[in-house]
Amino acid sequence: MDTSELIKTLAADTRPRTLSLSVAWWGAVAVAIAIAAAVFFTTLGPRPDIAAAADTVRFLFKFVFTFTLAGSALIVTQALSRPGSQWRRAMPYLAVAPVLLAFAVMLELFALPPATWSANLIGTNSMVCLVYIPLIGIGPLGVFLLALRHGAPTTPALAGAAAGLLAGGLAATFYATHCPDDSPLFVATWYMIAIAILTLVGAITASRLARW
Amino acid sequence: MDGKDEEELARLMRAAIAGDERAYGEFLQRASFLVRGLARRKITHGGIDPEDIVQETLLAIHIKRHTWRSDQPITPWLYAIARYKIIDAFRRGGRRIEIEIGEIAEIFAAPEPETVSEREIGRALSTLAPGQRSVVAAISVNGRSIGETAKSLNMSETAVRVALHRGLAAIARRFGRN
Repeated sequence: MDTSELIKTLAADTRPRTLSLSVAWWGAVAVAIAIAAAVFFTTLGPRPDIAAAADTVRFLFKFVFTFTLAGSALIVTQALSRPGSQWRRAMPYLAVAPVLLAFAVMLELFALPPATWSANLIGTNSMVCLVYIPLIGIGPLGVFLLALRHGAPTTPALAGAAAGLLAGGLAATFYATHCPDDSPLFVATWYMIAIAILTLVGAITASRLARW
Repeated sequence: MDGKDEEELARLMRAAIAGDERAYGEFLQRASFLVRGLARRKITHGGIDPEDIVQETLLAIHIKRHTWRSDQPITPWLYAIARYKIIDAFRRGGRRIEIEIGEIAEIFAAPEPETVSEREIGRALSTLAPGQRSVVAAISVNGRSIGETAKSLNMSETAVRVALHRGLAAIARRFGRN
């Protein structure tokens, strides 16, 4: 088949256009939220004292962190799914959530006496955190990887890692309503490890699955 | 050169998306010139034929054309796809060399007559399911239209379109997976 024959063949294939990538992404986000919510409410559910907790700044900060992480990861993942997009310009957004968290950790270290630091870091719920953030996030990660496959990521592993961060941010948002440990020291340790697991899984899977 | 290419290519692709088959053919033709230029600049030593890159890129452009946003420039999109395909070919090329060394004995044992060099896409065509293969071959190699193909294969035009679309998608997937 020479190139002019190929061009004629491609031009003859005028099947209706497939789903636009933007629409696919918003669909993926909606489905991912639904899956995460279903898994969360059937396994853990929010903590009983959530109304009282909502008045404390430490509890609220967890959501500042997880929303920022999920939002920035969504922007970057979408950019990475499109050839020729300016994804490098979007990368600095990913630093916002970690910087906010680092800032919160510093404030926490000033606010708490050193003797209580390790108790706050270890918390009471670390194993639940390490199990349930990946568990809540794995379904959404699968959905985001399908969206990447629908797109055309020119750096599949990096795009998969960004999708893992996105799934991690989403899962952590749900998990944070359950977890009784509100200290930024806990979040910076266990949430980060749990989210890193999803990021790694995303990178490895996408480097095989999202090739095109 | 780029500014003019950009405007013209974007215009043709928008027309193609709106259903203009001829504009799409013209778009692919112009895209092939740009990609060929890039491939010949990037591939300076043997092992990979730049024309294979041109064909794989055109196929990828076709399968992934929904990833272009019509409010964005089209040449960066096009070149990004071409670069991805060049890198991919180098990656696969490394593996193929190993395979070829293993096959040398076989080649000496049974020398085949020299044939016209067959493109990668042509080879991929032969791996399709028979139904898809006959449709894609009728349109590409024999240059038939959808209507003529439908008549000669005793299929409906819709079935021909579906087989063509699926066949092309299957060929594209083959390149992605290897």
